Amino acid sequence: MGLAQKLESGGFAVTAEMAPPKGTDFSRFRQCARGVKGMVDAVNVTDFQSAVVRASSLGASVILVEEGLEPVMQITGRDRNRIAIQGELLSAAALGIKNVLALTGDHPSVGDHPQAKGVFEMDSVNILQTAVTLMSGKDLAGNALAGTPQFFLGASVTPVYDPIELQVLKMKKKINAGAKFFQTQAVYDIELFKKFLEAARGIETKILVGVIPLKSPGMANYMNKNVPGIYVPEEIIERLRKSQDKVKEGLKIAAEFINEVVQQKLCDGVHIMAVGAEENVPELLEMCGFKKTE
Amino acid sequence: MVITQPKSFSDILEFLEGKKNIFITGCTLCATSCMTGGEKEILAMKERLEKEGKEVTGYAVLDPSCHKLQTRSTLKKYKQALDSTDAILCMACGDGAQTIAEVVDVPVYPANDTMFIGEVERIGHFSEACKACGQCELGWTAGICPITRCAKSLLNGPCGGSRNGKCEVNPENDCAWVLIYNKLRESNELDRLLEIKDPKDYSKAANPRRVTIGR
Ligand code: SF4
Ligand code: SF4
Repeated sequence: MGLAQKLESGGFAVTAEMAPPKGTDFSRFRQCARGVKGMVDAVNVTDFQSAVVRASSLGASVILVEEGLEPVMQITGRDRNRIAIQGELLSAAALGIKNVLALTGDHPSVGDHPQAKGVFEMDSVNILQTAVTLMSGKDLAGNALAGTPQFFLGASVTPVYDPIELQVLKMKKKINAGAKFFQTQAVYDIELFKKFLEAARGIETKILVGVIPLKSPGMANYMNKNVPGIYVPEEIIERLRKSQDKVKEGLKIAAEFINEVVQQKLCDGVHIMAVGAEENVPELLEMCGFKKTE
Repeated sequence: MVITQPKSFSDILEFLEGKKNIFITGCTLCATSCMTGGEKEILAMKERLEKEGKEVTGYAVLDPSCHKLQTRSTLKKYKQALDSTDAILCMACGDGAQTIAEVVDVPVYPANDTMFIGEVERIGHFSEACKACGQCELGWTAGICPITRCAKSLLNGPCGGSRNGKCEVNPENDCAWVLIYNKLRESNELDRLLEIKDPKDYSKAANPRRVTIGR
């Protein structure tokens, strides 16, 4: 079953995120993909995440297709104008990519080429709009396409945001523009997540809650300080501090969170972002009772 | 106002290498307010150049430097000085320098970097406010420019990155979208934020632009 069917049939979806390599060696990428194959519904491929140069999202998504996995190709407006975005989407569809996650993108100033010119001609809403237009058989200028793409479109939302109403407004806008599902920024505090769900009540969409397994108290502190929209509560940092095997403890914390979400039926799925530790994802999923299926 | 800041003196000397007789121009408007090209700054520049062995043939505070007819007629009065001048050092904005370059035969060099269109917050403190995008959005954004004041020039609301109302790109700046949201909420106009804005028509900002306003 694909991601779209899973979500549309009311199932609990599991997605994991992988970054393409910085270089041409995809062996680790392929290995991590094989590790989660049969355990996840789809794998997100980041698009020059944090504005850092890597192999492209389209290329890595094609490699996932080769490996028999379903990619969610992330696409940002940072590096492309409307001509490039449309071309990328058409290529993606032709290469067997069905899921696209539209993002505005991080600013070049946070990345490894801070001298780059940010494009930002289209934001996440405009990219969704563009994909929907292409799906109607036309490009943005109204010209007919030879062959029409079909996409299952997603977007992101930051549940821990002040003022939350502003994120909810933007979420509604993304739905009106074509988003069918949301993957959230990582959440650690279930009560804060519930507050967000409360603010978003009545909105018809599918929500996959974001989970980043922590690797150390330092990582948690770093994220609290530097990553917008992420808040790790002190008691979790304390748990990590006290533990012997911090990576294991981080996976445990993540597993408990996921189990809680599943038990309380809070949302439609979970999105795991292992940021550089993708090889741990199968273990985490096993800890949550997700079995490998073929 | 067009905000300028001085180039380093060594950059200026490099431009003027091999040129002995220098005429200095400034501007009565923006550059005077920015303290980069008023009479006071011109006189200080004159002194520094003379210390470097240059001959200053004269100076003029153009009123303003970007007015072509005005600049042409003012500089005519300095014909004699300009005839013995090897270079003009322009202490106005880039536009002022280009205007002068169009009306005289002497090579013109900029003494300033032109930064942006913005506001004087208080003396010596300037902030960028408008990118001259050719299609002003202020009518629905509570008078706050998202093109300039959002680091990503977003038109459909904020990215997920702001914290405590500050921008993810530079935490010293307010997130333009939080400002816009707060103002629209006060005036009960939040539904404006639900309108999907198409990608901006950048053909309206294709350089160089020309405007003719009929009378
Ligand atoms: S929208 Fe902003 S950049 Fe464009 S004209 Fe208005 S103030 Fe200037
Ligand atoms: S934080 Fe606000 S001002 Fe900064 S880029 Fe995001 S939306 Fe724009």
